Amino acid sequence: MTISTNKSRPIYPGLSPDLNARSNIIVCDKGGAAAVTELFSRADTAFAKRTTILLAETLSDAEKQTVKTELSPASIEFFPTIPEGIARLREMLEAAPMGLRLYATGTEPLIGSVVQAAADYAIDHLSIRTEHRGSLMRRVQCVHCKGFIENVTTNPVTCAHCGLTLLVRDHYSRRLAAFQGVCIDAEVPGDVPPTEALYQ
Amino acid sequence: MSGSRLRRVRVAEVEQVAARIKRFRLVDIDNAPLSEFSGGSHISVVMHSGDRMMRNPYSLMGSPSDTSSYQISVLNCGADSRGGSKFMHENVAVGTELEISEPLNLFPPVKLAKKHILIAGGIGITPFMSMMNELDSLKSNFELHYGVRSLDEGAYCKYLQSRYGSRINIYRQDQGQMIPLETILGNQRLGTHMYVCGPKPMIDWSLQTAELLGWPSENVHSEQFSAPPPGKPFTVKLAKSGREITVKGHQSILEALEEHGVDAPFLCRGGACGQCETGVVACDGYIEHNDHFLTEPERVSGKKIMICMSRIQTGSITLDL
Repeated sequence: MTISTNKSRPIYPGLSPDLNARSNIIVCDKGGAAAVTELFSRADTAFAKRTTILLAETLSDAEKQTVKTELSPASIEFFPTIPEGIARLREMLEAAPMGLRLYATGTEPLIGSVVQAAADYAIDHLSIRTEHRGSLMRRVQCVHCKGFIENVTTNPVTCAHCGLTLLVRDHYSRRLAAFQGVCIDAEVPGDVPPTEALYQ
Repeated sequence: MSGSRLRRVRVAEVEQVAARIKRFRLVDIDNAPLSEFSGGSHISVVMHSGDRMMRNPYSLMGSPSDTSSYQISVLNCGADSRGGSKFMHENVAVGTELEISEPLNLFPPVKLAKKHILIAGGIGITPFMSMMNELDSLKSNFELHYGVRSLDEGAYCKYLQSRYGSRINIYRQDQGQMIPLETILGNQRLGTHMYVCGPKPMIDWSLQTAELLGWPSENVHSEQFSAPPPGKPFTVKLAKSGREITVKGHQSILEALEEHGVDAPFLCRGGACGQCETGVVACDGYIEHNDHFLTEPERVSGKKIMICMSRIQTGSITLDL
């Protein structure tokens, strides 16, 4: 993770267990599941027993079985996509009391979606324990047409909605769970620097 | 840098509201409107007692939008006092003129919270008076748990119950009643915030109870104003100007600097806000850290001191001022 001078750029300090929390919810993807294994190794079995894991990525049956064994005795629910995992998270937060600790680990779009949903339940973003794993791909909002571009791995990137060439900034919105993309050739149309694969 | 400018006020009303607590109503000397403030704010009151100058922080009560007067409550700490609260009780009456700072808020309620749990002990009720006023007008969900020694010693019990009804819970120490904090905090919806103000042991107990119940630290807030504890005189050397100033036994470093015309940074004067954090260049004495701001590693490093509260036992300290 590169260090940014932009204050809005989120940082992910890494997972550490809150041993006092009475229940835990961990939202992760396949890459993040490895961070959960490491988190469990730093806590006792009772911690894992108090934990529900929402894994939001399409997995084969064999992969699901491996993850289940690896993360036992926590209970695991599988969802093919991030939005489906987040829908389940919202359902759980609706009924949850104080004493719950929320964790998110995986790609930035996954972590950002968790932080965004949690805000609706007045969960402070700093209280969510996060760790980045896997691809550096970003979710980007075009500041001109307001459309969202998912899984961006290059800079600049072409807006999928209005076609402008966008500079992907480190300027991040927690509310939108997206980095801001700004037209890169507004002054001299067509004067575009070479595309770099910065967020593989 | 050094706080806001001062405003002259006149005491318009003094009321004994509990055994050792007086309420003071302050109006602008020219009856000009005062600044609006937000729930949880405080002012500092400048007191001149003989050749001594003290500035004590007091929470503002009443309605934040009422600009005609400010109200503060002062507990007479008696022999434990450094003199500020005793001065307010014995030397201040209707008509007395005082200087106050503009309001400052280091204890605001979190507006996005789903619910607010307010925990008060004794005189710690004061910041919650304006906070409840604000939360009530915003139709926010709140409840107060207020521990008092007895009904004689607890201020505003009846007023609060008549105004806020079942949202007010009073616990009387003389009847062996304790705030059932574990039960209260153990049964709250997600997005609840806790605020605690009172004596230090009560604050520590509340923060620890919340932590052990798995409350994130972001949901837990406290405020405690302390007066700078007295000690022995010592010498402060100022690295930039080369001056040497003696801090008397009853003075804080900040008060000694002000007495000698040094414009040092400050805001709360109670060791809470961090504004007066000052670099230590050298020190040949033991630093007594009396603030609630510096972290343990910062204290151990000996490189920083909060000059509104902390002092050294004896010897001299060189500050980056």
